[in-house]
Amino acid sequence: MHDFGYHRPTTLADAAAALESAEDGKLMAGGQTMIPTLKQRLAQPSDIVDLGAVEALTGIREEGGALAIGAMTTHAEVAASDLVKARIPALANLAGGIGDPQVRHRGTIGGSIANNDPAADYPAGCVGLGATIHTGKRQIAADDFFTGLFETALEENEIVTAVSFPLPGQAAYAKFPNPASRYAIVGVMVAQTGDSVRVAVTGAGPCVFRDRAIEAALSSNFSASAVGTSSADESALNSDIHASAEYRKHLIGVMAKRAVAAAGG
Amino acid sequence: MPDGSVGQAVKRREDRRFLTGKGRYVDDIHRPGELTAVFVRSPHAHATVKSVHIDAAMASPGVIDVFVGADMEQDSIGSLPCGWTVTDRHGEPHKSPPHFPLVRDKARYVGDHIAVVLAETLEQARDGAELVEVDYDELPANVEIVKAVGGPPLHEEAPDNLCYDWVLGDEAAVDEAFAKAHHITKLDLVNNRLIPNPMEPRAAIAEYDGGLDSYTLWSTSQNPHLLRLILSAFVTGIPETKLRIIAPDIGGGFGSKIYCYAEETVCLWASKRVGRPVRWTSDRSESFLADAHGRDHVTHVELAMNETGEFIGLKVATRANMGAYLSSFASSIPTYFYATLLAGQYRTPAIFCNVKAVFTNTAPVDAYRGAGRSEATYPLERIVEVAARELGMDPAEIRRKNFIRPDQFPYNTPVALTYDIGNYEASLDEAMRMINYRGFSGRKAESQARGKLRGIGFSAYIEACGIAPSSVVGSLGAGVGMWETAQVRFNATGTVSVLTGSHAHGQGHETTFSQIVSDTLGVPMENVEIVHGDTGQIPMAMGTYGSRSLAVGGSAIMRACGKIIDKGKKIAAHLLEASVEDIEFKDGNFTVAGTDRSKSMAEVAFTAYVPHNYPEDLEPGLDETAFYDPLNFTYPAGTHICEVEIDPETGVTEILDWVAVDDFGKVINPLIVEGQVHGGVAQGVGQAMLEHGIYDSGSGQLLTGSYMDYCMPRADDLPSFKVGMIETACAHNPLGVKGCGEVGAIAAPPALINAITDALGIMHLEMPATPEKVWRLAQTAAAE
Ligand SMILES: Cc1cc2nc3c(=O)[nH]c(=O)nc-3n(C[C@H](O)[C@H](O)[C@H](O)COP(=O)(O)OP(=O)(O)OC[C@H]3O[C@@H](n4cnc5c(N)ncnc54)[C@H](O)[C@@H]3O)c2cc1C
Repeated sequence: MHDFGYHRPTTLADAAAALESAEDGKLMAGGQTMIPTLKQRLAQPSDIVDLGAVEALTGIREEGGALAIGAMTTHAEVAASDLVKARIPALANLAGGIGDPQVRHRGTIGGSIANNDPAADYPAGCVGLGATIHTGKRQIAADDFFTGLFETALEENEIVTAVSFPLPGQAAYAKFPNPASRYAIVGVMVAQTGDSVRVAVTGAGPCVFRDRAIEAALSSNFSASAVGTSSADESALNSDIHASAEYRKHLIGVMAKRAVAAAGG
Repeated sequence: MPDGSVGQAVKRREDRRFLTGKGRYVDDIHRPGELTAVFVRSPHAHATVKSVHIDAAMASPGVIDVFVGADMEQDSIGSLPCGWTVTDRHGEPHKSPPHFPLVRDKARYVGDHIAVVLAETLEQARDGAELVEVDYDELPANVEIVKAVGGPPLHEEAPDNLCYDWVLGDEAAVDEAFAKAHHITKLDLVNNRLIPNPMEPRAAIAEYDGGLDSYTLWSTSQNPHLLRLILSAFVTGIPETKLRIIAPDIGGGFGSKIYCYAEETVCLWASKRVGRPVRWTSDRSESFLADAHGRDHVTHVELAMNETGEFIGLKVATRANMGAYLSSFASSIPTYFYATLLAGQYRTPAIFCNVKAVFTNTAPVDAYRGAGRSEATYPLERIVEVAARELGMDPAEIRRKNFIRPDQFPYNTPVALTYDIGNYEASLDEAMRMINYRGFSGRKAESQARGKLRGIGFSAYIEACGIAPSSVVGSLGAGVGMWETAQVRFNATGTVSVLTGSHAHGQGHETTFSQIVSDTLGVPMENVEIVHGDTGQIPMAMGTYGSRSLAVGGSAIMRACGKIIDKGKKIAAHLLEASVEDIEFKDGNFTVAGTDRSKSMAEVAFTAYVPHNYPEDLEPGLDETAFYDPLNFTYPAGTHICEVEIDPETGVTEILDWVAVDDFGKVINPLIVEGQVHGGVAQGVGQAMLEHGIYDSGSGQLLTGSYMDYCMPRADDLPSFKVGMIETACAHNPLGVKGCGEVGAIAAPPALINAITDALGIMHLEMPATPEKVWRLAQTAAAE
């Protein structure tokens, strides 16, 4: 990797200041994407601001009918949290299926959503559960946060502080992992709260999206047999050596069905 | 005292050091003043190198020197040779175009070596490498076997990209058999390209000693002596006396560390040129690009049968990818290690095989665990299965009907091998019992009730290993002999150093060889030390590949032990005032027959080094060297049966059960042998379901260049294996052993594809059987 300045602030304000004063500063959470990028010399930031010591970004709390998860919470912490397992088991399940144990013990929810990998699991978790992303300056609805391939609504130097998930009625996540990387080839989060059903799909397209046809079908009948087929436009889906767009589209329906079944529908 | 450990599941002695992080690998070694090398590699699959500008790199901090092909040419560094010359069907030698460590004219695959940057640190060398500017003229490239002939030419020496067009067997006899056949089964199949991926990537450190004018090279080699021979005799001209190669602990090879590669050659040469030690450790991305790959065949096979389902003729036409250059033994793999195995376990009287080897703009392809034999077993065990389905025969019965029977050994196949011994029906029966074959239809129905498709697949394989009789391989074009060496050296205090030419890189030789020596000489295992991997200590040797270490290297050790015992008898006879003929050696003691007068091995060893009271005409010392050249290959064989369940909705295949019944002859350490079976089957499952080295057909870029895209088998892809063994002792080596290291990778792929196609009710699908492929076929199967 190229040389860079290294900062390890303990407060959000210091982190923001370090980022502002750097010529081309980058945040680092668990480094699971950042370090390989640096090692392969694909990025050359002037400074790295390590969020690992910022206390305010940690912790999982229940407040106002939602779970607020600090940006630096690791996947392993979410997977093992009694609170998450009790309130949104689908989310604990999702986190426990990310990568491998090493990745789960370093990778964070903030880093995952800021990176917005098209095959990452959390984007489906956030959109499916109708989460709100909290940053140093504002709150962003998950529907508006994930804007494209590796792109988000975050502005330059904006820091994700937490993600809050409203408690769903029933929810489940079903993932068809890529056999090599174990990222999602297709991952579907299904959540029903009151009469609203959300179906969020990751892995299949360039960015997480809601499958409106399946949502409509499930709104009138929340059961696996009602899922039907995905409304996704096949030409807009990913197609690569691991899976064609046609197969991905098929898997959206299968994973949605399995998620509904797991959610008790 | 002997511990009777042969045949016991002794835990691996070497694991203590490996599991506690105390192994010493090449990258752990550092030499004072060392520089780090980084290679500038071609980003193009095929391009003329017009010019290389090194000024900016030379000016970069820490960079000491930058070299290109012309620098090596100036110092008369030669081409990396192919050590096996295959003679084609017209009697002409194969095409072996030059393969220079740093290219001189053009780059022929993505990852080809353009320049090397030497710097004080790795990061500085990387910085420098980024500043080397190469002017390329891109040329049309081809990565596909089927488009090679007539495609863009890689080498002047082979304008049609054909390396050889080779045949084995009696074509007329096969034509005759096909003319009178009752039924002919035909199949086209692809043996997918694999990328080896040992846990430890390749590495090298070269140091030149100006005072002695000699070199030391630490290298991740499976065969340091062979590497020295190639580097000395063919590439650098450094005399063997001035080149010491040390291959310390090595983290896996699977064949990919047999060869003489560009990187270590460059380090060796550059260490003198710059007068400082030069180190290089491959990163994983480089391993994907530039380690020799495996397999990559396209094959058409036809099997002719009579009315009763007996095989009467087999015809095979294969095109094999050599990659961009001929790697050290590349030419022999799709010929003498492939076509010779096409008889399998069967009596098929007439076999003919044609192999066309081609050059493409891909990494060189050479031996990879199972080499050649895996590629032969796949079409054979697949076509037998398809034939059974076409004829409505049970897959076990069609095999049983055609097996070579126990009373037919030694058996001469129509493809040049003589099987010494075997009992194929015994392993088939045991495997069928272990998997409860009779209960399969019930299990299938149970799966069906859950909406799942269940299938069962057989693979009755044979392989030829323990390579090889030197005269045989010599007559077939090998440039080397394939014997092995061992030196058994008693120390005065009764401990034993065993210097072996075999090289362990995961096989557990330190344990297995100690067991043999301990039992044979009657010394406790802890008094036996196995030394390997150093040309400075061990007599000329041939190394480890082709499942030869125990059968050939172990036999050499046995022979050296025999010499020790013979000499010990003379010393003991003198001490006991008896005649040599009356001395018996047993359990570590030399005894005068019929008496209780004896001398222990330790006393004899002490006397040999402190020969105060000693036979007049005998040399002091107890240190014997032996060379062992095998009389034949060994032929491990057996039956694997696996059972799978497919989810037709997703195409996901789960392996539910795996039974492996193998005949390895005598087993020295069942724990190690079983581990070898597990590892081999895991690799075979990898090939059949997960692994696939894919180059983009347009750009020639490697699409599977990391673990994000190249899928290695993991524990949760595999079932718990059931391993059984039957034993027919090898008839021609002193241990009665056969090789066990490669069989899993040989047996597994057809077993799995047979099971998956059985579940789907189809004849064939190409490896790897990915969920999408299986899903598509499950849809068509359901629609029909
Ligand atoms: C082998 C492997 C397998 C994986 N498998 C999966 C999988 O199956 N599913 C899955 O979803 N993911 C997977 N991942 C991704 C992983 O789980 C991490 O979520 C991801 O790599 C981000 O890592 P990180 O949290 O360490 O963030 P970093 O790598 O440290 O940062 C990632 C990016 O986010 C930015 N960033 C970090 N924190 C913040 C913040 N608070 N505010 C704003 N920007 C921020 C950084 O600047 C950087 O650009 C895998 C990763 C690896 C290496």
